[in-house]
Amino acid sequence: MRRLNKLGRIDRSQPIAFTFDGKTMTGFRGDSLASAMLANDVTIVGRSFKYHRPRGIYSAGPEEPNALVTIGTGGRREPNLPATTVELADGLVAESQNRWPSLKFDVQSINSWFSPFLAAGFYYKTFMGPTRRSWMFYEHFIRKAAGLGRAGQEPDPDRYEVRHLFADVAVVGAGPAGLAAALAAAEAGAKVVLVEQDFLAGGYLLSEPSAGQAGAWLAGMLARLADMPNVSLMTRTIAFGAYDGNVLGLLERHNSSSVDPRQGEARQTLGLLRAKSIVYCTGSIERPLTFANNDRPGIMLASAARTYLNRYGVLAGKRVLVAADNDSAYSAAIDLAAAGAQVTIADSRAQPGPQLLEQARRGGIAVRATSMIAKAIGGHNVRAVVLIEPRGKTTLECDLIGVSGGWSPTVHLTSHLGIKPVYREDIRAFVPGKLGAGQFVAGAVTGSFTTEAAVDDGHRAGNEAFAFCDAARSSQAQVKFDLPKINAKLGVIGDDGNSGLRPKPPLSPAFSTQTNEGVGGKMNLAKGKAFVDLQMDVTVSDIALAHQEGYQSVEHLKRYTTLGMGTDQGKTSNFYALSAMAGLRGMAIPDVGTTTFRPPFTPVAVGALAGLSHGHHYKPFRRTPMHDWHVSNDAEMLETGLWMRPWFYHASSRDVNEAYVAEMRNVREAAGLMDISTLGKIAVQGPDAAEFLDRVYVNGFAKLPVGRARYGVMLRDDGIVFDDGTTTRVGDQHFFMTTSTARAADVMSRLEFLLDTAWPDLRVSVSSVSDEWAAMSVAGPKSRDILAAAFPDLDVSNDALPHMGLLEGRYRDRPLRIIRLSFSGERAYEIYAGASVGKEAWCRLIDAGTPFGLKPYGIEALGALRVEKGHVAGPEIDGRTTLDDLGLRRMAGKSSGFVGEVLGRRQAFSDPERPRLVGLRCVEDGRRLRGGAILFRPNEPVQGHGLGRITSTTYSPTLDAWVGLGLLATSAAQEGAEFIAHYPLKGEAVRARVVSPTFLDPKGDWFHG
Amino acid sequence: MLQIKCPCCGPRDHDEFRYAGDASVGRPAHTDADFERWYRYVFVRENPAGAHREYWQHVMGCRQWLIVERNTVNHTILSVNFSRGTPA
Repeated sequence: MRRLNKLGRIDRSQPIAFTFDGKTMTGFRGDSLASAMLANDVTIVGRSFKYHRPRGIYSAGPEEPNALVTIGTGGRREPNLPATTVELADGLVAESQNRWPSLKFDVQSINSWFSPFLAAGFYYKTFMGPTRRSWMFYEHFIRKAAGLGRAGQEPDPDRYEVRHLFADVAVVGAGPAGLAAALAAAEAGAKVVLVEQDFLAGGYLLSEPSAGQAGAWLAGMLARLADMPNVSLMTRTIAFGAYDGNVLGLLERHNSSSVDPRQGEARQTLGLLRAKSIVYCTGSIERPLTFANNDRPGIMLASAARTYLNRYGVLAGKRVLVAADNDSAYSAAIDLAAAGAQVTIADSRAQPGPQLLEQARRGGIAVRATSMIAKAIGGHNVRAVVLIEPRGKTTLECDLIGVSGGWSPTVHLTSHLGIKPVYREDIRAFVPGKLGAGQFVAGAVTGSFTTEAAVDDGHRAGNEAFAFCDAARSSQAQVKFDLPKINAKLGVIGDDGNSGLRPKPPLSPAFSTQTNEGVGGKMNLAKGKAFVDLQMDVTVSDIALAHQEGYQSVEHLKRYTTLGMGTDQGKTSNFYALSAMAGLRGMAIPDVGTTTFRPPFTPVAVGALAGLSHGHHYKPFRRTPMHDWHVSNDAEMLETGLWMRPWFYHASSRDVNEAYVAEMRNVREAAGLMDISTLGKIAVQGPDAAEFLDRVYVNGFAKLPVGRARYGVMLRDDGIVFDDGTTTRVGDQHFFMTTSTARAADVMSRLEFLLDTAWPDLRVSVSSVSDEWAAMSVAGPKSRDILAAAFPDLDVSNDALPHMGLLEGRYRDRPLRIIRLSFSGERAYEIYAGASVGKEAWCRLIDAGTPFGLKPYGIEALGALRVEKGHVAGPEIDGRTTLDDLGLRRMAGKSSGFVGEVLGRRQAFSDPERPRLVGLRCVEDGRRLRGGAILFRPNEPVQGHGLGRITSTTYSPTLDAWVGLGLLATSAAQEGAEFIAHYPLKGEAVRARVVSPTFLDPKGDWFHG
Repeated sequence: MLQIKCPCCGPRDHDEFRYAGDASVGRPAHTDADFERWYRYVFVRENPAGAHREYWQHVMGCRQWLIVERNTVNHTILSVNFSRGTPA
């Protein structure tokens, strides 16, 4: 056991059982999954992405590249979670990834033997050249071999939510800087939200001995913050992205073992935090070292070894080698030695400071100067290390290697809005660039690595952040409060006079040359892979290869080698890659540049992004006032845009193809009732309403008499047909416009645009009345009789209500409008009643009409009836067709201009090859036309796009033939000509003849009179 | 997320608005039959890096058409006015 019986912030009285790969293990409350696995002597946690090498736990935080596990079972499986960020919970089920059949023996680790073939660019070279076809064959195997965890196949039973938060000051990171910033802003009176990704606040103070001064300071700060009602400390919450307007994307994890979706408890909550100002206290991430076999289990960041010891009471090794090029790793060495490990430090510097050496000596630690690791030895765990020193090579036995190549400020969030980080030569690291208004930084992210500086910095930034969001209160407050001082003697005292836990990294370039394969051929110390990106299995030699093959820009390097493209996004590897490329190209690091930092900082589950917007809640459904009637009368409902509409009624047939024909026939022979409440309805009112309509429609409305309706077509500014519908003049200054269902919102917005921006002088008001009116259409030879029976007090005779006429009345104390319009070609009436009495009006028509044979019909029959009549609709008005294309040019006869007139006369629009509307009739018995079929001349080769296409089709019971509308090259569209309609999806080819698109009743006798 | 200070409704998230393109191009008069002017109005855009006048409609709020001046480089919003009454 590596667990000590002292130290740490774990509660040894609360054991927690969990399983890893089916084996039951025990940890304690306060453990992370990683610390509990280490305590249980789990050294191999997974296999690597490409070479399937055994990998262990490398870090103690979200930067973890190696220890990715799958948590949960069934629909709750969540793959690719770093064990270092998973809080241990009762009954947690963890599984290793990317190994088969087992962790200890993995068949695909032979990939290591083939590794010369799997170098950077392998896929491009192998499968994108002449051998490209073989990709089709190998893809399956390759994707299976190179992979991560596997998500569950079942639906996720858990609940995810989205929440909106607001703050004056948001503070990201609850380390010493963040705590100080939050307290400063809160004492000044700000509403503060402090987010921390860990399940405990404290940042790296948690890695200090808990009994020491850091613990006392932390406890004091947390107690003060907890007492303040204006502070909200959110642990287990990661700020994964920074967005415009000082908005942070947060992901709040709830305890995965105890959430109960049946109680409405969410597993994760996505938060959108809108803050007036933000203080980024995101700290820094320790850098690895590169040497042969630097990926072996038992090798971890020095700071991680210290965290496992001080926070979790786990001594990760008994014989420890700490390899470093800076002072900070001495803290780890000293603490590990004090806990009983035998520790050696290999310091790549020639002369570590005398104070450091003195402290190490007192701790019983051997320090080897000018000493670097050439190679680690050991398979499933490191057994020894080969050091290269001026006197030659030395081999030391060890079971843990702690590495430290300095620190990289965690600049990710500060860069999300496109602000490039800036390189500081003195600390050999990137720090945040000049941030936008209301954004501040404090602590290690700024490149100052001491605790005192972090606290002072945080205090300053907290005050500045408050001043930014509330200048008035801030100036009068001038808050003086007593910020607890943190003792300067925490941790190691560096020799540059800086006290603190994280002395600044030295200027030594040692870390970047400490490699076997030698960046730029500088060194060649030992055989074996030296990894830069542990997760993506990118080695030092891959970077050299990319350079050699010309992929020298960092963005190319990244894509060619896949470096930094894993789920960890290269948090530990990016800096090394940049400096290696700079070395290879003989450039300074800032001249090489950085890749772009984009959200998310850590992976976000799709479930959390979706929140409750899935399944039934994916989008809102709009229901008409008659919806319940349709459902209870056995309609098959269909989603059309946001609307639910009756597709067909099962009373007609269970099969849609039979049902719609039966419903059509009933309309043609008796009468049908259709719910058309989904049409857009706009009231256009004002002294200039007629002039306004005259401008927006291609045809004239100024002379339309009161009480009459007219079909209108409107264009876009570019001359393409926008929408059609009917408009009725209800009064001298009042028109009632209808639009297609699909374009209702666009038309409304367009009318408002024209009035607000183009013609503000027109005295017109438009308002959407779509939801105020229920609408239904009764169509067919018996429609007038039915109307008369339903509304006996209204005169619906042909004289009182002719074709295109309006009749106004009242129904149930609400206005009633009956407009005689025909979409189907039959005598037909549109009845508009108040939405709240729509269902009653519908039932009244059904009751009155049943003796006449009235039946409801759905949108399948509606669409079929209009095709039979040759009316264009959505499939023809598709955003590409003009007035001429649709045969509507004759409508635009007026002399005054209309929207789209000028560009509608573009030369290209009169190209004789341009398709225009035709009718098509299938001439083969027993066969059918299909929408989307492509039209070719009978003797032409079937290739390319043909001369046109079929847009809408229906079986016509009146003609007993399949008919359709299509768009066909003008030069070819002579009536009587025959074409072959090819439908490649079904391999069909059928003969069709061009006919007039008005398939029946060309003179309109049916609906007149 | 951008926040637009609607002169009618106050500061609101941008997803309540519909973006509707360049407001710096002047629409030709309704009676203008000049092809070139309409062509430029519909198709030709400057795409500046920096301040940009653009139309937004507060579709989920007051439905007013607004002229928003936005810096396309850093997304700062410099001004918001009703389109109605704002000189082009």
